[in-house]
Amino acid sequence: MKRISKLFFAACCVSMMVLQACAGDTTQTRNKVQSLADNAGLKLPDGFSAIGVAENLGRARHIVVNSNGDVYVKLERLKDGKGILRLRDTNGDGKADQVTGFGNYPGTGIAIKNGYLYASSNSAIYRYKLNEKNEVANPDQPENIVKDLADHGEHNAKSIALDNAGNIYVNIGAFSNACQVDDRTTGSPGQDPCPILEVAGGIWQFSANKLNQSYPEGTRYCTGIRNTVGIFWNEKQNELYAMQHGRDDLHRLFENLYTDEQNEILPAEEMFLVKKGSNFGWPYCYYDQNQQKKILNPEYGGDGKTQGRCEGVDKPIYAFPGHLAPNALLFYTGTAFPEKYRNGAFIAFHGSWNRAPKPQAGYFVVFLPFKNGLPDGTWEVFADGFAGTEQDRASGKAKYRPCGLAQGPDGSLYVSDDNMGNIWKITYKGK
Amino acid sequence: MGKIAGALLALVGIFMLVCTVEAQSRKPPSAVMLRGKAIFEKECLSCHQADGAGIARMNPTLIGTKWVLGPKEQLIRVVMYGLKEPIVVNDDEYYNPMPAHTYMTDEQISDVLTYVRNSFGNRASAVSAAEVKKVRAKGKK
Repeated sequence: MKRISKLFFAACCVSMMVLQACAGDTTQTRNKVQSLADNAGLKLPDGFSAIGVAENLGRARHIVVNSNGDVYVKLERLKDGKGILRLRDTNGDGKADQVTGFGNYPGTGIAIKNGYLYASSNSAIYRYKLNEKNEVANPDQPENIVKDLADHGEHNAKSIALDNAGNIYVNIGAFSNACQVDDRTTGSPGQDPCPILEVAGGIWQFSANKLNQSYPEGTRYCTGIRNTVGIFWNEKQNELYAMQHGRDDLHRLFENLYTDEQNEILPAEEMFLVKKGSNFGWPYCYYDQNQQKKILNPEYGGDGKTQGRCEGVDKPIYAFPGHLAPNALLFYTGTAFPEKYRNGAFIAFHGSWNRAPKPQAGYFVVFLPFKNGLPDGTWEVFADGFAGTEQDRASGKAKYRPCGLAQGPDGSLYVSDDNMGNIWKITYKGK
Repeated sequence: MGKIAGALLALVGIFMLVCTVEAQSRKPPSAVMLRGKAIFEKECLSCHQADGAGIARMNPTLIGTKWVLGPKEQLIRVVMYGLKEPIVVNDDEYYNPMPAHTYMTDEQISDVLTYVRNSFGNRASAVSAAEVKKVRAKGKK
């Protein structure tokens, strides 16, 4: 009897252990199953679904999908010494089962055009020829297209876009908040004229096919943009579009002019239709979406109402609430999504930090309908759920931060996150 | 027996007293912490956030780093004169510049640094106005 109870006890222990082990497994399995059923954690409009293509890649910035379905990811920090990852799905389930890397420089920009893969570091642009198998021919020997662009840490991401006339466009972000003599410092006046505009604070145009270019060979295509990470060449309109990261710290630097509540949403995150020679006003001006006009920055004598020299500068074609940090812009040209999405804009908002002490916001992908190259309607959240809980969003401790967008050859939409390095593929399956 | 017990009791008493005094000396006076908190909210919070954890890649965390808990002169210098180059904290690089705060008084800087060194889970000695004054007198290097 004693022996039996001992055995029973031992059996109980073992089964407990097994159960516990299983409990762990079950949770994991359940999570995986859930994430598949639940669109890999994303909240999407009816009829759309998402799967996780890859996870934990590192600081996955911009992405591009080749015509054969290969996904190229530009990393902001090297992973195992590599700055570009190629994700390949060999069994057609949408998930990457082969990840290879090359490129020994960190950066943000990546694009494919006319048989070349283009990628940027924080100061240069390189390209790689794609061979007859549609693969990078010489991963270790890129051609240098552009070099020696301003990189002072702040706003150093070099986003790229290519047109159909052999040009490449690169954002050179201003290494400053509002071009004060002492950046972000209370009481420091704005420099006038702002010397930063000579080498940054705009989008530059270079030849996509010439080697070793720098400022002398390039054209300042537009000026007065503080920083833009999301730029896109819209082939249908044959025009460049860009999303600006508006200035920070109106309240901290000018507490007598701006309340916390105003600082929460001001200035607008502006969307630009960029023409050659456009001037969008930074650092002298910002856009107030409530007054619907460009306002003189307080570093240059503004009081929150005065327009002054800002009356004549180019306006945005659309204004989003402040500090949401648009990091990618994409005009959808596929036919897989419903009609309303065609030729409209998807924007990946990286999420705010400068709204504190007010709750942070963003960390989502939005859709803005377009007609004839101009916004036609109001924006709506398209993909959400990146942040985690509402508390995670409000505190700015988002789990995932949308940073890159790309359209797949099948008309699907890819989204990258540069916090954990996850990639999602969003498809439309109908209702 | 009674003598021994009495002596033991006395020892325990002394020990507890020492501990209390020690603990009190570590925790800055609440008036300083309150002043420091008010300054933090005005000058620091918009970048370093309410929980002191900062923002990845942009504004460094203030929690448990050698920059905050280490040598006071270095810390005073960062707040007073700012930083132009990216800073590396716990192996992560942060790109936003730290603005200078030369317009703050010695007392304001000492209060806010004492607050930061004793908030968000941090625990380190207070920074005195005299220490700030000394650094200010040396000037920007």
